[in-house]
Order: sequence, then structure tokens, then C-alpha cells
Amino acid sequence: MKNYVFLLAALLFVTIGYSQSENKALFSLPEVDIQTVQGERFNTKQIHNDGKPVIITFWATWCKPCMKEHDAINEVYEDWVDETGVKLYAVSIDNVRSSKRVLPTVNGRSWEFDVLLDPNGDLKRAMNVNIPPHTFILNGNGDVVWQHVGYLEGDEHEYIEIVKKIAAGKKID
Amino acid sequence: MKNLHFSAVVALLMMTTLATRAQNFLEQGQVNGNVQIDAQYYSEDDKLGITDSLLNFRKFGLNAFSNVIYTNGDFSAGLRLEGYLNPMLGFDDRYEGIGVPYWFAKYKVGTLEMTAGHFYEQFGSGLILRSWEEWTLGYDNNFYGFNARFSPYKGIMLKGLVGTQRYFWEPYEAGNRGIVKGFDGDFYLNEMFDGIADAKTKISLGGSFVSKYEKTGNVFYTRNREFLVDSIPWIETTTYEMTIPHNVGSWAARTNIAHGGFNFYGEYARKGADPNATNNYIYREGSAVYSTLSYSTKGLGIFLATKWIDNMSYKSKLSESGNPSMLDINYLPAISKEHQYSMATMYPYATQPNGEFGLQGQVIYTIPKKSAIGGRYGTPLTFNYALAKSIEKDSIYSDVTGGVTGTEGYNSNFFSIGDLTYYQDLNLTIDKKFSPKVKAKAAYFHQTYNLHVIEDNLYDDKNMVYANIGVLDVTYKFNSRNSLRAELQGLFTKEDDGDWLALMLEYNVSPTWFFSIQDEFNYGNPVDDKQVHYYNVSFGYTQKSNRFSVRYGRQREGLLCVGGVCRYVPASTGLTLTITSSF
Repeated sequence: MKNYVFLLAALLFVTIGYSQSENKALFSLPEVDIQTVQGERFNTKQIHNDGKPVIITFWATWCKPCMKEHDAINEVYEDWVDETGVKLYAVSIDNVRSSKRVLPTVNGRSWEFDVLLDPNGDLKRAMNVNIPPHTFILNGNGDVVWQHVGYLEGDEHEYIEIVKKIAAGKKID
Repeated sequence: MKNLHFSAVVALLMMTTLATRAQNFLEQGQVNGNVQIDAQYYSEDDKLGITDSLLNFRKFGLNAFSNVIYTNGDFSAGLRLEGYLNPMLGFDDRYEGIGVPYWFAKYKVGTLEMTAGHFYEQFGSGLILRSWEEWTLGYDNNFYGFNARFSPYKGIMLKGLVGTQRYFWEPYEAGNRGIVKGFDGDFYLNEMFDGIADAKTKISLGGSFVSKYEKTGNVFYTRNREFLVDSIPWIETTTYEMTIPHNVGSWAARTNIAHGGFNFYGEYARKGADPNATNNYIYREGSAVYSTLSYSTKGLGIFLATKWIDNMSYKSKLSESGNPSMLDINYLPAISKEHQYSMATMYPYATQPNGEFGLQGQVIYTIPKKSAIGGRYGTPLTFNYALAKSIEKDSIYSDVTGGVTGTEGYNSNFFSIGDLTYYQDLNLTIDKKFSPKVKAKAAYFHQTYNLHVIEDNLYDDKNMVYANIGVLDVTYKFNSRNSLRAELQGLFTKEDDGDWLALMLEYNVSPTWFFSIQDEFNYGNPVDDKQVHYYNVSFGYTQKSNRFSVRYGRQREGLLCVGGVCRYVPASTGLTLTITSSF
């Protein structure tokens, strides 16, 4: 009996999972201990945005396209938040050589979004990031539904289009 | 009959259970992974002196990997397949082959997380323990063994590990490398004590202990003493037998304090007597300090870092040294900034584990929007300065410089700074957006590079390179999808290979493809035949998380560095194909 209940629960779970979002989840965000930009402990399960989409970008201070990407996003970030309620987490994979320089870099460049530190690449490995920049977009359930490698001038327009579709419950493909 | 019925029902139930479990395992489980293939086809090139016999007739190089991770709730397992068929130029021949150098199974129950198999770990800033991998460098010092992370109380994180490290494809055997054990604790005081949970000052403390056991025989070495008797030269040769410590321990303590815009990090580490190939088999203990202080607020970031290291090479095999760097237990970060432009990375710095003092300062200031100089968008300015010098060492044997094998080596006062400059880098960058269509970046670098110390292991100042480097990077956006980027760089030096000019043009069509042409011209090389154009043509195509890029041209000889660890890349000419994909 217990098993049937379990099976039913599982079925229900799967059904709910599918009906809530038309977009197929690639995988759910792995739970990994990383750090806040101030050096405090932070587990990725704390990443949430009240059912609204989340963007996670992997970057490093030595990565030229990453810096361009974040400068470009920073210019339009406030508009993005107003329009879609999206939240962006920029995960730095700088190691100890430069990880302590991330906080003054972020503030010095007046970036408005959240920044996290992954100094030994634990989250990078769990999410299979080869080289930065690598951008993931999560739906309201915390599932990765879209990802993109590299940054070319203007790619941020693509990101916000995807976010708008997810927020409106539309198919992204 | 009834019993049979009952058995059948039980069997059916059991099968359903199993089927359900199996189904859960498949349906609720998730698989994700990635693939990267780097392939190179080499051509002969008279100008660079590259012939087929120099390439050992290996016209083709391929480095590739694939990660696959399976996750189901609190359980995950994964592996990485790697293949080097043959290794690309600049990668050690011992990598040749294909196999699974990394696999793991991980489970979490409550606040305990256990990993069996291979794993990466870092204690504090890594001064006594860090395992990591960097594909572009061919660097991987993963541990093979067991790793546990446990939080017994809120704000406390304990870690423990036992393992052996990766050495190319060679499996561990007793005696071919050591076993590493480590324990680490982090204590986040504001999480532990409710009374200070909301305090403005956030403090965390941490400490670690690491020990290496290596089964090794004693080391023999000979020392010659030359002298004259009645004008006849004599040499007296003495053979010594050194007792090698089987266990080498190390410990470190650290703190992180954040208050308002201030953030301080400090770590101190010590290592026991560890005669090894890097320190010329001396018994002196090692020590290291690494600290950073930053102050930042919106629009302003100030950063200061210092480090001092003395005899801190720590490997799980004492006779291992040289390039590529293998079996490192710890990580000693280089103090200088990692630059983004090719000319600025021509003379990169790599940490000198036998002793160095380092200093770095950086200021980032954004001239506010709508001010006279800041313009419509605000203008970020970045100033950075880094210095690496020797530490002061007094030889215990006054007639011998450096460490003499089998002795304490030398004396050095804590935080002493020597006279010899290893590296210095002063740089300034301005980012300016002129209009929605045009933005530019200008940068200047002045670098001092001690070629003897960094490349040849000779500790003198007889081959210093002084370089001035200028960069101008302009982007023009035709519309939201199309843009053209031009990069002009110059490197000017009277030493080494002389002056360089580099030009790159890149046309981007977001979010799909790019095309670029590039030439780095060594017009100032003192040898006429070496005044070579290193031209490159590249094309890239991105489709979601797939990326293809093709490059044809010349690769210049140099050091490729990531995080202060460098790999020598020889000059080559040919076609490079890179495919990366994530799923």
C-alpha cells in the first residue's frame, strides 16, 4: 500500500512537474556549498526568486568577454528587473589568486546584480562549465531550461527574450 | 493454495516495489554533462623552423574530455573520460592515452556529505592543500580516496580526506607516491552565536592540518671539496646518507573579517622538514603568509594583498619537480593580476615556491554617470600594481650560496624582503562608452620580468626584460546583433625578442557566429629571420550550448598561465578545431 501511495505521489509529482512548465528542464540546479562575495558560506539552494526566472552566469576577472557581458547587462539590469522580475547571479570562478579582488571589482564597476564566489570550481564542475562565460537560465522551479556558451556583443538581448518567454509560460524553442 | 496466492501477491508487491524504485532511479534521476574536443593539424613552416621530423611525424594532436554526472536527490555519481591521441604540442607525452582519470560517487545524509572516488578540495586559500584541474594547462592533481564534509552545528563546517594524487595515467602503488591525509574546520561565528547573528562585523575562523606519508628509502648524495696541497689540486669526495622524514606535516590558520565596506582575509601556514627535489633537499621548515584587505562601495573598490612564502613546495612525491607541475598538495597563488590582452600576457609571472615576497594594490573608480568626465554612461578607471621580490636568505655555510643539500639550508627572518626583483607590473585601464554605438578601452602596462628567475631557474638579475605595452580596443555596434571590434596592441622592449605590434579585427553576429583575423608581428626581433608575422584567421559558431571554432595560423612560443601555473607552448603552425558542448 505504502508503495502505491509512493507511486501515486511520484506520478503526481512528475505530472505536476510537467504541467507547470512547458519547457523541458535540462537539469535542476545542483546543491553546492560556495561563498558570498564577502566570503560567507552560501549554498546554491538559497538561490531563488519567488517563482520568477533566474539567470546564472559563470565569469572570472581575467575573462575579457565576461567583463564585457557584465558591463553590458549592468546597463540594462534595472530595466530587466522592472519588466520581468528576473534575478541574476554572477558566479566568479576566480581562484585564490584573484577571488579576493572580486568584491572591490564588482563594487568599483557598480554592478547591481548578485555575485557569488566558486574559488575551487565546485559549482562549475557540478554544472559542467568548460570555459567562461557560460550562462544558464532557470525557470521558477529552479530548473535549468536554457544555456549558452560564450558571449558576443549583443547576446544579452537573447537572454532577456528567453526570460520573457519563460515568465509568460511560453515555449522557448 | 491460499499460501500460493499470498506468495504471489507478495512477489508481485515486491516486484512493483523494485520496478517503482528502478523507475524512480531512472525517471527522477537526471543526467548532465559536457564534451570538449581540441584537435590540431600541424603544418611544416620554414619561417618557424618547424619540420615533420621536429614534430616526430605527429601531424595531428587531439585532446578531448567528456564529463557525465548522474544526480538523483542527494545521490550523485559521475566520471570524466579523457583522451590525448596524440597529446597536442606543449602537453607532456606521458598524457598519451585514453581513460577515466576521474570518477566519484557522492551521498548526502543530513549534514554529512561523503565522496568516494576522485575529488577536488581546498582548505582555506590552499596554502597547504588544494586539488584542482585546469584543462587548458593540462593540470590535474585530483585526489583518489575518500572525502567527508560534516556540519555538526550551525556555522561549523568540518572536512576530512584521505587519498593519493593523480600522476598522468600511472596508478597508485606503494612507493610510487605518497598518501595525503587532511582535516579542516571553518567556524562562522555569526552563524554559531545568535547574539551576534545580526552584528555588522562578520567573523569567521578556520584551521587545517595536512600530513603526507611517503614510503621512501634514504637519499644518498656526494659533496666535493677542492683544495691545494703543494700546488697540486685535490678533490675530496664524501658520500652522505640523508634520513628522509616519512611523514611531512603542515598546518594553517586563517580568519576572514567583514565590516561595512571593509573585508580582511589572513592566513598563516607552516610545513615541517621536507627535503625534496624543488628545495634541493634541505631540512628547513617552510612557512607562508597570505593576506588581503579591501574597501569598496558603489563606484569605488580598493584592494591590497601581500604574501610571503619560504620553502613551501609541498608535493606527494619528494623527487618530483619541474614541468609540468604534478603531485602538488598545496597551491601558492601568484600575486600579480591576470591580464586579458595577449601582449600583456607575453611576460607572465609564476610563483617561486622556494621563496618570494609579493605585493599587489588595485583601485577601481567609476567616474559617475552624467558628470563632465564620466559622460552619459560613467567611466571606470582601473589602476593596478604588483611586485614580486626575493626573500632575504643568509647561507648557513658562509662560502656557499643557496641551500646545501642535507643541511638546514639557510636562515631567513620572517617577512624579510630581498634585493632581487622577480616581477613588477604597473597598469592602468580606462573603459569609455561614447554612444550607444561606440565604446572603447585603453590600457597601458609597464612590466619588469626577470627572465632568468622565471624561465631558467637562475637567481640573478642578468636577464631583466623591461616592457611597455599599450592596448586600444574599440567596439562599434551596427545594431543590436552586429558589431565590429578592433584591437590594436604594441609591446616595446629593448630586451628578449624586441618590439611587437598586434592587430585584430573581429566581426560578431549575436548570438550565433564570429569571424576574426589577427596578426602579431615581431618586427623588432634582433634576429632578422625571427621577424615573423604570427597571423591567425578564426571562425566560430554557437548554437545554444554548442560551440564550434576553427582557427588557422601561427601560434607563438610562450608561457600559457592560469592562476600562476604556467605551461610552455611551443611555436606551431596549423589548423585548430575546438568543439565544446554541454547537456
